[in-house]
Order: sequence, then structure tokens, then C-alpha cells
Amino acid sequence: MPETLTKFIFGRLTLESLPLHEPIVVGTFVVVALGGLALLGAVTYFKLWGYLWREWFTSVDHKKIGIMYMVLGLVMLLRGFSDAIMMRLQQAIAFNGSEGYLNAHHYDQIFTAHGVIMIFFVAMPFVTGLMNFVVPLQIGARDVSFPFLNNFSFWMTVGGAILVMASLFVGEFARTGWLAYPPLSGINYSPDVGVDYYIWALQVAGVGTTLSGINLICTIIKMRAPGMTMMRMPVFTWTSLCTNVLIVASFPVLTAVLTLLALDRYVGTNFFTNDFGGNPMMYVNLIWIWGHPEVYILILPLFGVFSEVTSTFSGKRLFGYTSMVYATVVITILSYLVWLHHFFTMGSGASVNSFFGITTMIISIPTGAKIFNWLFTMYRGRIRFELPMMWTVAFMLTFVVGGMTGVLLAVPPADFVLHNSLFLIAHFHNVIIGGVLFGLFAAIAYWWPKAFGFKLDPFWGKVSFWCWVLGFWFAFMPLYILGLMGVTRRMRVFDDPSLQIWFVIAAFGAVLIAGGIAAFLVQIFVSIRKRAELVDVTGDPWDGRTLEWSTSSPPPAYNFAFTPVIRDNDAWFDMKRAGYRRPLTGFKPIHMPKNTGTGVILAAFSVALGFGLIWYMWWLAALSFVCLIATAIGHTFNYHRDFDIPAAEVTQTEEARTTLLAAQEARA
Amino acid sequence: MKRSGALLLLPLAVLLSGCDFVVLSPAGDVAAQQRDLLVVSTLLMLLIIVPVMALTVFFAWRYRQSSTTATYTPDWDHSTKLELVIWAAPLLIIICLGALTWLGTHLLDPYRRIDRIEAGQPVTQNHKPLRVEVVALDWKWLFIYPDYGIASVNELAAPVNQPIDFRITSSTVMNSFYIPALAGQIYAMPGMETKLHAVINRPGTYTGFSANYSGAGFSGMRFAFHGLSDQAFADWVAQTKSAEATLNRETYLALERPSENEPVRHYASVDLDLYGAILNLCVEPGKMCMNEMMSIDAKGGLGLAGVRNTLPLQYDKLARRGAVFGNDPSYVASICTAEEAAAASRAARDADDRGWPLRDLSSLRGVGLLAPGAGSRRADAETRSLGLLRFEL
Repeated sequence: MPETLTKFIFGRLTLESLPLHEPIVVGTFVVVALGGLALLGAVTYFKLWGYLWREWFTSVDHKKIGIMYMVLGLVMLLRGFSDAIMMRLQQAIAFNGSEGYLNAHHYDQIFTAHGVIMIFFVAMPFVTGLMNFVVPLQIGARDVSFPFLNNFSFWMTVGGAILVMASLFVGEFARTGWLAYPPLSGINYSPDVGVDYYIWALQVAGVGTTLSGINLICTIIKMRAPGMTMMRMPVFTWTSLCTNVLIVASFPVLTAVLTLLALDRYVGTNFFTNDFGGNPMMYVNLIWIWGHPEVYILILPLFGVFSEVTSTFSGKRLFGYTSMVYATVVITILSYLVWLHHFFTMGSGASVNSFFGITTMIISIPTGAKIFNWLFTMYRGRIRFELPMMWTVAFMLTFVVGGMTGVLLAVPPADFVLHNSLFLIAHFHNVIIGGVLFGLFAAIAYWWPKAFGFKLDPFWGKVSFWCWVLGFWFAFMPLYILGLMGVTRRMRVFDDPSLQIWFVIAAFGAVLIAGGIAAFLVQIFVSIRKRAELVDVTGDPWDGRTLEWSTSSPPPAYNFAFTPVIRDNDAWFDMKRAGYRRPLTGFKPIHMPKNTGTGVILAAFSVALGFGLIWYMWWLAALSFVCLIATAIGHTFNYHRDFDIPAAEVTQTEEARTTLLAAQEARA
Repeated sequence: MKRSGALLLLPLAVLLSGCDFVVLSPAGDVAAQQRDLLVVSTLLMLLIIVPVMALTVFFAWRYRQSSTTATYTPDWDHSTKLELVIWAAPLLIIICLGALTWLGTHLLDPYRRIDRIEAGQPVTQNHKPLRVEVVALDWKWLFIYPDYGIASVNELAAPVNQPIDFRITSSTVMNSFYIPALAGQIYAMPGMETKLHAVINRPGTYTGFSANYSGAGFSGMRFAFHGLSDQAFADWVAQTKSAEATLNRETYLALERPSENEPVRHYASVDLDLYGAILNLCVEPGKMCMNEMMSIDAKGGLGLAGVRNTLPLQYDKLARRGAVFGNDPSYVASICTAEEAAAASRAARDADDRGWPLRDLSSLRGVGLLAPGAGSRRADAETRSLGLLRFEL
């Protein structure tokens, strides 16, 4: 084949682009390929393709989409954690002249991928999935405002994840750090495909995130059950609303800044270059104008989770509901006024630095108020130490330490000595693991019975809990100490042997966390095996207080046979106290959205488009772009988007539940 | 039980005692003040963190389900008094911390000339600052001493108890110039100049490095910083002057090419316009300097003719490469000679050097407020400014 033709078809993709010379990557590829083949084989063998396609992939049911988001987050957690443990191992052995086992080319990709994956493809899917599953149930809605858009958003997020995963085996990922600061990420200093993978993976996933934000805002604003005024919304719904406002207001900034970087790399503009009047600091400002709200996007929903869990397991109304809501809103607004604290050390004047330092500290006031509110919810309660509550207490004890070091880093002169050090790494893992991840585990343990109709096994849950909590302290306290010894982040080799012991301790912590993840997987496996024992028929296993506990577990496709009417902010608790009886007759047909495969197809074209752009396969990019637009337009002519669940079917579903409940009562 | 707990802590204590907490025990006055602020802020926050943690544990234990004696008030969800405390307590801490931050940030602004050598020893006319021009290269550090006409790579030396004025830039990508024992870090960025003012109080050899990831050779971007007595520093200068190599535009362009784990190098003489050229991205002959470009643009620019004023680039550091759909790599051609550009940049720098007044920080405490029993307002402002320094965070 003539060279020009090969070049036309494959762009800059050649056999040399495959990392065959990196034995570690090849080994990983073999394992992933074998595992993937086994999975695909099993799905084929058990003839599950049709089922998966009809019931899951094309589903517009917010509950199923929520669960798929969680699965995506879990799979990517395994990848992101593999990167983490590889870094810990490298840093634990690269002393006394040893180069460790990773060369710079590989190591630099690993820490970049770890950050990108953990934020965009672990934390974000987990949080989005949680909001997707819980919010419509909590506000008494049957689905989100735009069910197809929801499915499309999910698949775009998957599309981004696929591009990141592809970079492991085809080409390479960025070697720039997770925020890809230019000029390093510009075409001059990163001419390879890594940064292009970064750009297009985030752009594809970013579309999904933004649209899902719009969707959930509309849902919360427009679809609340009658009687649920804003100040009667459950706190989780409130924090979700604020999070989605943050998403909608900040992700377009990320999209814009990555587009500018892409223009620099593809068409030779000079937004962020050194020469021709480019200004790299503009990139740094813009990316943090997205980046700081992003951390509140991650943590706010979990603040909501902790509120729900504390109130439920203390058997008490949430203390200070109003101040909790206002604290959330204040955090939402202030999170836009602090971005510069990520680069105090770039030479801003003292007044600018103080301004952003002080606004950052002010955020700790509403956050502190929240902690006190949880504390006084526990006060004079009857606290049941089930798994979600254990995670909550662990969060309160861990998070305050991370909050304290965060405020410390907000003091500019202190930041001058700790910026980019391992102290900073310890700080943000302290808040993200201690806040976001602990919250997610609390949420999973809390809402799992709602999603599947049986509780999670408490024994393995406790094993996972202790491994995670202890592992966290072992892995990150040494990093605080190393930061105070002036050790900076992203180092591959060290020359001071006295530091080694701390890295070894940190690596031990990472191994404990690995145990925590393994125990979590075992917990899911064991719980599914023992689902008959752990079953919950009532739909309300924790004596819950909000609406999602009023319906069956798992809820029917339509969530609520009759839309509930709300009189109090602990709606379900109020209904129980007022002697609520389930209606047994008079069911009507329910109008529901229909499944569609368009979301999967659009996302597939987006991945192809991204892949074409990354490898300069212009024909593929052009073709998939045309297909993408054509499919999107074509979908607007699909008028068969809804159907009615017949009254008979609703009656049947509800009667089945009545029978189950009666049997349960008879046993008790 | 208590004893075994203490025994468990013993290895930790041993580990900690073996460590060099350079951030907590620095050898330079600026870093020491930053450390003080760090410690004070931590203590201030512990005032609220410790009670919260204790209350969490206490409430979790006291109100556990199996406790039969604890009060249970399932409907109690509001108390105005308590809410006031909840919001006021963090607010008070943040007011204190905010005030401390405002003062500390201005006092320890790296751009501000230091006004004390250490506590109780103000900078006087006798302290002539040592000027050092720092360039972060891929992946090594270049230090130019304009006062001595010498330069070094991956080794920095300064006399103790003498103010050091750093001017910092980078040749390609962002780095961060950080010597933990001396002072906090500041970024080194291409085409931009940052400043740092510091002083080293104890003789010794300290580590400096880049604190911002800058590519493959980043881990090896370390250098030794020698705090020397006046005599030892003079010896060091003499030794450097006796080196064979000299640094001019050609040797710089060779040095600038990416390399890792570079050994220490000394240059007996240095082209004093070099730093200005590096900063303005015009070391390559014939390339227009940024300051030149900016002054042309400030006067209205070259118009359409300026668009064509480019020449093809021969070498752009890592690989000669442009964007796939963009123009071929090019640069803006200079319209004056390298010497003229250098002279202009030198004049600008000298003007800037002269324009470094000791900044009056009295406004930090509110200039309008006269201290009790104070004399004239101006003198008063000065005493207050000194008072601030005595305050020492």
C-alpha cells in the first residue's frame, strides 16, 4: 500500500504507537483483554445481549441509568486505583540510586491518568448516578424531565471513559498532570497524542455532564410532588440542585478552555503559547474557574447524603434544616470566588492573594455550620450504628482534619511553603476520600436496599469500612509529614534515603485500601448470594423519613402509583405518623417515556469522532461527525417516544406488593 | 492499656525525630515567618476542630441506641441560640484568621523587599542586596549573578544575612522555584518574570528544586543552595570566575536544550543582556523581543505589514513541529539589532531597580487611625509599620 494511502487511512497511528515495548502495559493489556473476552463470552453464552440492550443500555428509566453510572464509576475506580498503587510502589522503591520500575514516560502518564480518571470517571459518575437514582424518588416524580437526554448523557460519559481506556493500549495518555497546564500541554512540548486523548475524552464526557446537570435542575424545579415547596425538599435534593447549578455554570468554562487548547494544537492559534502574545496563565485561570466549583460539585451531594443518613439513623429530624439549606446555597455561590487560591504562587499581588485566601476561609463557615448541624442531629438521638452511620461518623472525624489543612493552605504565606507539596496531596485526598468516597459508601449502603430489594451484607461492609478508614490514615498521614519535610508532588525518584520509610508506610496504606476495595466487591457478591436472607419486603428497611422509602424496593418502573402529596419536609415520616394507608384500588394508566437506542449510537459516533481527531484520521472524524449530526436530526423525527402502562398492569404490580406485605405482616 | 498505647507511639516518635522538617525549621527569616504563620493558623483552627472531634465521639457514644439513660427528643430540630453559636464560632475564628492572613500576605509578599534580616535586625543602607537572575531550563536551573558577571548551573550560593533579590523566569514551560529552607516558592514561567526576596540566616547547604512538574526530567531538577559566610562567598565567586566556560547567546542556546540530571557548571563570565533576552524570548538572533513587540503594539502596531513580519523557525526546543492545520512554525522577526533590543531591556530593568521603594505598610492597619499619643501622621505611620514588624505574627 502506498505510504500516502496508509497515512490517509490511519493518520499518525502506526504499529509503533502501540506500547509493545512497555512490558507492564502489555501485561495489563493481556489481563484486561482476557477479562474482557471472558465477560463478553459469558454475556453471549447466557444470551444476555438482548436483555442488556432492551432493559439497560437503551433504558430511559432514571433508576437504571443511575445504577449504570454507579457500575461505570466502580469499574473506573479499579483502573484509577491501579494507577494509585503503581505510583505508591514506584515512590516506595525509587531510592538510593534506584530508578524504580517505571520510566518517566510511563510514570508521568500514570499520575495524569490517576487524577483525570478519579475526578471525571469515578467521582463524577458516582455522584451523577446517585443523584439520578435518588432525586426523582425523593421528590415523588416518575422520571427526570428529559429521560432520553439522561440516557444520552450517560453514554457520553461512557464514551469519554472509553477514550481514556483506549489511550492505555493505543498510543499514550497525557504526560502533563491532570489539569494539563500549557505551555507543557501545547503542541511544542507535548506533540504526541496524549494531550489529544485528554482533550477529546473530557470534551465527550463533558457534554454528558452538562446535559445531565440541565436535566436534573429541570427535574427538581418542575417535577416535585404537590405540596413540596422548596423549603420542604429533602436536603439531598437541595444539595443536588446546588450541585447541578454548579455543573451547568462551570462545565461550559471547561469546554471552552479545552476548545481553546485544542485550537492551539490543531490550527496553530496562540491562546496559550509562549510566543505570539499567547498567555498560559489565562488557561490556568480558566481551568480553575471550572476546577474549584468542581470540587464542590463532588462534595455537596455527599453533604446531602450525610444529612439524610444522620437524621434517619439518629431517629430524629435534621437539626437546623433551614441553616443547612442556606449553608449549601452560600457554598454554591462562594465556590466561584476562590479559584485563585490554586495558584497564589504565580505572582499575584498581596491584595489579590489575601482576597482569595479570605474568601476561601469564609467557605469554611457554612461548612462548619453543617458539621455542627449533623452533630446536633446526633445529640439526643437514638443512633443506630448501621454501615451508613459508621461511614458518616468516620467522615466527620476525617473530614474536619482535611478541612483544617485546607484552610491552612488558604493562607497565602503558608501556601508558599506547601503549594504542590505532598501536604497538598494529603489535603485533597483527605477531603475527597474522607468526604466524597466515604459519603458514596454511606450512600451505597443506604440506598442499595431501595435499588435491589435486599440489604448489603454488614460483615463484609465492616471489613471494607475498617480497611478503608485505616488505609486512608496510613496512606495519607505520611504525606502530610513528607510535605512538611519539603517533598514535592509528581516526583519519580528521590535522593534522600530518610524519606523512604514514609513512602513505605504510605504504600502499606494503599495496600489496606486495596483490601477495602476487595472487601467491597466481596460484600456485593456475598449480598447477592445471600439476598434471600437480607431481603427487605417493606421498602423501608431503615425506618426512613423521605419519599423514596414509601414505595417498594426495587421501585416499579413508574415509581409511585399515585403521586404523593407532601405536608412536611420529612414527608414519608409524616405520612407514617399520620397513619398513611397504601391505596389499593382506583389505579389509572400511567404515561411513561419509551426506551431508545439513539443515545448509545450518538455516543459511539462521538467516540469515533474523538478517535479520528486524536489520530488525525480526518476521514473518520468527518464521517462520524456527519453521522452524529444526521442521527441527532433523525431522532427528532421519532414520534413514538411514549406509551401508557395500562391500569391493569399497575393494579397487578401493586397487588403483588400488597400480597408480599401481608405475608410479611403475617410472619411478624 | 495506657502504657501499651505509649509503646505503640514510640516507633512513631523515633521516626519523627529522625526527620528533617525543613518547612518547620527553616534557615531563612522569610521561611521562618511563613512557618510561624502556619503554626499560629493551625493552633487557631484547633480551637474549634478539637472540640468538634471530641463532641462527635462523645455524642456517637452517648446517644447510641443501646444507651437507655440518654434523653431522646425525636422532634427537636431547632434552637435559635444554638444556631447562633454554630455560625458565630467559625465566624470568629475566620475573622481572626482573615486578619492574620491579610497582614501576613502583605508582610510576606515575595515581591516586597525584605526589611529585616531577622527578628530585631532591620535592613539598613549597609545591606546591599545580592541580585540573582534565575532561569528554569529543561531540566536544570541557571543562576546569573549580574553584580559579579558570573553564572552557575544547578548550584546557587549566597552570603548569609544579606538580602537576596531573585528575578525568575523560565525558558520553556512552567516550573516553581523553591528552596524550603530559604523562603516560599514562586513560579518560573516563560515570557514572564516573577520576583522573590529572601535572606538566609544560617550557613549551610540546602536543597532547592522545582515544585511544579515540567516534563520527563522533572525529578532531577534539583540544586544545592549554599548559604556562605562573606569570606566563603567571596571564595566561591573567585572560584567561579576561574572557570573556563563563559555564557553568551550561543552557549546558552546549547545549554537550553533539554537534558536531565545535569552536573554543576560554572561560567566565569556572562553576557549581561542574556537574562533580558531569555525573559523576552529573543535569545535566538533575529527574533523580536517581547518588550519590543509590546512597545510597538502600544504605539499602534505594525498594521497589516506586521502580519508578514515572520521568519520560519529552525528550532523550537523539543522538536520542530507546528499545529497540524496551522502555519509552519515561525517567529516574529526583529526590526532592531540584538544589541539595541538588549540596551532597551537593560534600561527598563535599571529603571525598575531604581523604582523599588520600601513599601509603606501602614495602610494595613488603617492609616486614618492615629495611635494614642502619636505625633505627626507620617512619623506615626512609620512607627506603626515598625510596630507591625515587631508583631512578627
